[in-house]
Amino acid sequence: MQQISRTSRQPPWWLPGSLSVLAIAALAGLPLLALVNEASNIELIDTISDPYNQRVIQFSFYQAILSTLLSVILAIPLAIALSREPRFFGRNLLINLFSLSLVIPTIVAIVGMVSVFGRSGLINQLLQTVGLQSFSIYGLHGILLAHVFFNMPLAARIFLQSLEKIPQEQWRLAVQLGLPSSSRWRFIEWPAIRSQLPGISILIFALCFTSFTIVMTLGGGPRATTIEVAIYQALRFDFDIDTAVTLALIQLILCSLIMIATHSFGAQTAQGISSIKLPHHTYYTSGHYLNGLIIGVAALFLITPLASLFAKAFNPTTFSVITHSKTLSAVINSTVVALCAGALAVAMGIGLQLSARHLRIRLNKDSSGKVMQLLGNVILVIPPVVLGTGLFILLRPFADVFALALVIVIAINSLMALPFVLRILEGPVLQAAQQHDRLIQSLGIHGVIRWRLLDWPLLKKPIGYSMAIASTLAAGDLSAIALFGSERITTLPLLLYQRIGSYRHYEALTTAVILLLLCLALFFILQRVIGGKANA
Amino acid sequence: MLELNELRFSFGKDAYQFDLSVDTHSTTAIMGKSGSGKSTLLNLIAGFLKPGSGDVQWQQESLLSLPTEQRPITTLFQQHNLFPHLTIHQNLALGINPSLKLDQEQEQQLRQSLDAVGMTGMENQGAISLSGGEQQRVALARCLLRQRPILLMDEPFSALDEATRESMQALTRETIKNNKLCAIIVTHSHHDATALNANTYTLVNGRLDSPT
Repeated sequence: MQQISRTSRQPPWWLPGSLSVLAIAALAGLPLLALVNEASNIELIDTISDPYNQRVIQFSFYQAILSTLLSVILAIPLAIALSREPRFFGRNLLINLFSLSLVIPTIVAIVGMVSVFGRSGLINQLLQTVGLQSFSIYGLHGILLAHVFFNMPLAARIFLQSLEKIPQEQWRLAVQLGLPSSSRWRFIEWPAIRSQLPGISILIFALCFTSFTIVMTLGGGPRATTIEVAIYQALRFDFDIDTAVTLALIQLILCSLIMIATHSFGAQTAQGISSIKLPHHTYYTSGHYLNGLIIGVAALFLITPLASLFAKAFNPTTFSVITHSKTLSAVINSTVVALCAGALAVAMGIGLQLSARHLRIRLNKDSSGKVMQLLGNVILVIPPVVLGTGLFILLRPFADVFALALVIVIAINSLMALPFVLRILEGPVLQAAQQHDRLIQSLGIHGVIRWRLLDWPLLKKPIGYSMAIASTLAAGDLSAIALFGSERITTLPLLLYQRIGSYRHYEALTTAVILLLLCLALFFILQRVIGGKANA
Repeated sequence: MLELNELRFSFGKDAYQFDLSVDTHSTTAIMGKSGSGKSTLLNLIAGFLKPGSGDVQWQQESLLSLPTEQRPITTLFQQHNLFPHLTIHQNLALGINPSLKLDQEQEQQLRQSLDAVGMTGMENQGAISLSGGEQQRVALARCLLRQRPILLMDEPFSALDEATRESMQALTRETIKNNKLCAIIVTHSHHDATALNANTYTLVNGRLDSPT
């Protein structure tokens, strides 16, 4: 009984979670209140019935529905082709490329796409040589093209995972029964895909509905503006706070509805980040040429913009871009924003998960624990530009919001990264306790010692990964800095946007590659520094 | 003496009431089908669960107000007794001091406990490299290091293969005898009870039968 005198002066279990909840409440709740408060002084109906705003709301839905349909419909044949061709050189590389959209900033990919599909790009040169009308990447076409570029691979990857989970016995049975391709599709492949359809469709719809960077760079004007971009324009160009607030409220309500829909359709699909490795075998003996064609076209579509980016990054302007003082200060600002937002997101994520784990495992309150985690997804209901509008209104009476740009951008970006951090950490945090909880309790290990000895060794890899993802997202984000940036304070995405906007195409290409390299460096270095060696 | 007095617990539509009195130096086996509440009984004694009413007393003093880690109890679980990412030394040291700071004497005790379970000199191996039987031996060594008079065992041999099981049973029996422990094992196997020379109770319909 030697240890009985040892009293445990450890922080209580609810402390980390409460700190995180407080932080989220301050960063998201206060701006939201400011927004609602401001709205009470506005003639909402007048602003909503304004024809321009009506048009914007319609277009937001229209482009999101079209983007979702195109992405999902094109992803199905690609996933089928990949599942029927389990072995070819570069298959894994290609599939990993599908999830690279997490690391490649949207605006960088857009620069690559413009250099392929733009006015003087490869595609239009081809069209001209065969005497066809040229294709414009600006407007609805470009928005759809870019949305498909980002979301079709995401859908294909999730469909493929579902296809690869089909038990081998089903395929063998199909062969024994002599089922033709059409029946195999109908009875084996289609059910696997259909089960993922609602979840993936609503996920892509939500992403496209709130898409900011793509619409801002490729759309614009009365004919191709979404609510997100209209809020930005109202706030930054028209100084029309009434319109900004009204649109922000509409966006808030619509996003809440989408969020509810996501939950009722089971958002499980979105969790499929890791892929399962099974000894894979195909039971198809024909159709290789068609499969090859589909995979080839998809690979070209995804790889060409990135390849073009690198091919044109070294141009006569490269040296002056790299040495320009603006570039240098943007690199520094972006790095600071990325690291601070990443650290903040990871800290909030760990806090939430540790307390949620106590609720779920020790206190047996699984649903309360899950509700606690859901708080971290607040950004899905309050998209960045809406949150920015709230912060703008909240802080305007007290401070020069443009001087505080970096701090505000860090706050918004950390909330944007939080859902990813939570998703990465949830499994490992639970796992680090599930099997050993009673043992941990009976040995009386808590607080800091438990963290250092039992949690950290198991969690440092997922923490490193989530820090890498969060920082990379923050480094590549345009939405928050677009609202609060200025001539004085820019980050790389904003600088890149300005260079695209002023048609300095070559300078933009070089800047895009610098931003991409910064993101890749953050992604790999943070994982290595925090998580330790790969496979250690 | 360890006594359970009208110790009641209910979960959903299952209700239990335990009355039991065992000697300070004795071995008791609680038998029963899976789902009969054997583990619930151990969890109540160890403090993982809070009873609805009744009392758990050790040497005439109630244990209910003590947090789990301060009760005079140590537990050997069926599996997952060791943290796989830590070394054997670290796993054992956790039983003495959760901050892993040991003095010379404690280091000595740690080595002796490994000798006692036949794992001499294996301190620096990682727990992940051990077989199921070796893991249970190390876990038993940690139970000894904790110097608690009551040893609770929850199906400690069920995850082992037959040959390993027999040697582990013999080791456990000797350990209980040499350290004069009050041991309670829950198991679904008569062989476990016989191998430990235990007084056997059966758990039926949420109550304990008198010894057979």
